[in-house]
Amino acid sequence: MAAPTMDRSTAAAPATPVQTLTISKALNMGLRAAMEANPKVIMMGEDIGKLGGVFRITDGLQKDFGEQRVLDTPLAESGIIGTAVGLAIRGYRPVCEIQFDGFIFPGFDQIVSQVAKLHYRTQGKIKMPIVIRVPFGGGIGAVEHHSESPESYFAHTAGLKVVSCSNPADAYWMIQQAIDCDDPVLFFEPKRRYYEKGEVDTTAQPGPLFQSRVLRSGTDATLVAYGPMVRTALDAAGAAAEDGTSLEVIDLRTLSPLDLAPVFESVRRTGRLVVVSEAPSESSIASEIAAKVQQECFYSLQAPVLRVTGFDTPYPPSKLEEEFLPDLDRVLHAVDRSLAW
Amino acid sequence: MSSPEQWTHPEPDAAPAATAAKPTAEQVIAGLRATDEGGADLVQLLTPEGERVTHPDFDIDITPEELRGLYRDMVLIRRVDREANALQRKGQLGIWVPLLGQEAAQIGAGRAMRETDMAFPSYREHGIAWTRGINPTELLGIFRGTDQGTWDPVEKRFHPYTIVIGNQVLNAAGYAMGQKFDGKVGDDEGEATMCFFGDGATSQGDVHEGFVWAAVYDAPLVFFCQNNQWAISEPTERQSRLPLYQRARGYGFPGIRVDGNDVLATLAVTKWALDECRHGNGPILIEAFTYRMDAHTTSDDPTRYRLSDELEMWKLKDPIERVKVYLVRQQWADSEFFESVEADADKLGEELREFCTNMPDPPAERIFSNVYAEGNPVLEAQRDEFLDYVSGFAGGEH
Repeated sequence: MAAPTMDRSTAAAPATPVQTLTISKALNMGLRAAMEANPKVIMMGEDIGKLGGVFRITDGLQKDFGEQRVLDTPLAESGIIGTAVGLAIRGYRPVCEIQFDGFIFPGFDQIVSQVAKLHYRTQGKIKMPIVIRVPFGGGIGAVEHHSESPESYFAHTAGLKVVSCSNPADAYWMIQQAIDCDDPVLFFEPKRRYYEKGEVDTTAQPGPLFQSRVLRSGTDATLVAYGPMVRTALDAAGAAAEDGTSLEVIDLRTLSPLDLAPVFESVRRTGRLVVVSEAPSESSIASEIAAKVQQECFYSLQAPVLRVTGFDTPYPPSKLEEEFLPDLDRVLHAVDRSLAW
Repeated sequence: MSSPEQWTHPEPDAAPAATAAKPTAEQVIAGLRATDEGGADLVQLLTPEGERVTHPDFDIDITPEELRGLYRDMVLIRRVDREANALQRKGQLGIWVPLLGQEAAQIGAGRAMRETDMAFPSYREHGIAWTRGINPTELLGIFRGTDQGTWDPVEKRFHPYTIVIGNQVLNAAGYAMGQKFDGKVGDDEGEATMCFFGDGATSQGDVHEGFVWAAVYDAPLVFFCQNNQWAISEPTERQSRLPLYQRARGYGFPGIRVDGNDVLATLAVTKWALDECRHGNGPILIEAFTYRMDAHTTSDDPTRYRLSDELEMWKLKDPIERVKVYLVRQQWADSEFFESVEADADKLGEELREFCTNMPDPPAERIFSNVYAEGNPVLEAQRDEFLDYVSGFAGGEH
């Protein structure tokens, strides 16, 4: 193995356990920690080796762990996922990178037909401890197929677990927890937030992976978001506070299984819920939350559950993405509608 | 010229793979790598030094005027490419996908097509677009983010750019099947289809399925693979142990490797392949052996993964210089001609800059338009609600 890099020494023996990191660096360090902890953890993907991935999330890993643990694969997503299945059967814990959200579909068949179903089909004799990392969402001015939010397809598929991180600390811990999970995990990374910074305590005990979290307490209405929209929701809550409106913000973190207990608890206090997501709204995570909240909190609701989402169209040319993506104004507009109901 | 039968029963000692980076002796002995010259099977009619050479199976009669035309095409499309690259650097485009180095492969292939032929591009095919009569300004919106390509694919017989790697190969196979089912194949007036993809795409299932479909339906389809040696950071040997053109054998159709930096050879081989297809002898795979002289896109930094001496080596094989040398040596062009081409390029560059900087942003309705052919009332209600919301801002009522 090559001499330790600066990254590595930082990860192994940080001067202080609390560091300020970007989401991308936190993911990189989380992946490195997982590879150090378990020799069966391998990385697979296009351009993830020498280049370190197009977003540099795997930067330096091939250099330090070798080409047999960080695989620059042939250019075929079905191949990446399909061979990960075979490697998992052999006892490996593959972490697959799909370069951009819109390129997951060539691998969709393998994910839905094999990754999701092998444990069920074999009645538990085969486990699928595979992580599929997907940089997702828009807001980066990209061309077609580079800004999509396909998470609902996977949350809709039994046998898969689906999570999304929104900040560096979660990025660092959740990726390691996902790799430790014996079920397949779709891990959605908020690509437009990759360079946002936050504090990461690499010695802290993280909470459970499949748990939502209240990020800001409030009393007038509840905002639920995940991934890149958590920042938008927090900003909206900050702006609303200046106008005297108190919004509670919940980071969903896990999309399947959903952990809605904190949402129910919140809505029973606030009586109002706005769900924020970049994905189109029809048959979505946001729809599922709305359905469950009206079922569990029916008598507490002061207004219908509202959704602020991407539209039910293909992702538009990027000059229109500011209109397409939920922003602070659209979130607050929905909050106003809810409060005025 | 060669018949498909000849190619479906290959010589067992056919040339080994040739790849971009310098091979080790062990790799050459193992047959995994060959020289950087493209191997013994490389079809070439104009050497990098501008020497006209012959080939036993492929040749072409070219008039001075035709060659001047090809030269002009290449110079102009290179200028389009460099201008667009610069426009990205100035913030006028979100991203650009450079074609630098692949001018001969694209102009040679594009000029081999007839108006009645159909083309399915990937996303680097600016030179093919040029030969299909598409104004380069129509490419800009894709990369500026104002649209997804504005040309009429039916009228131009040039499909929209396809970004998901390899998807278009199956689409092209289906189109070519339609040409056959419609009775447009079988004589010199027949139609054919060309499909463009890169070395990286050859790993995708869609490409293999496209090979199978086109083969079993005898589709009039020319698979045109531009092997530019790099799929972002991955060299061609990451995709194949075998030279890519040899893959065709396994599917039962001819595969030919042409010097993709030689516009004459590319034109000759592609014309032959299209003619075979229109007569009912398709499909055919052409591997145009070339080099991506610039980054994968303007977001990419190739210095992270490839050596500059490789680039220097390929500079010596420039597709335009060799034609210029030949034109001069044959006295087929004088300085006046070269100056006029430069002047045309300057003018084109200026038009492109002017057009790009004045492109209006699309209206918000564009998000919702043409999602369906027959409309969708749910979506229309969503659109109306959003436009109401937007107009509230405009009126200052929010």
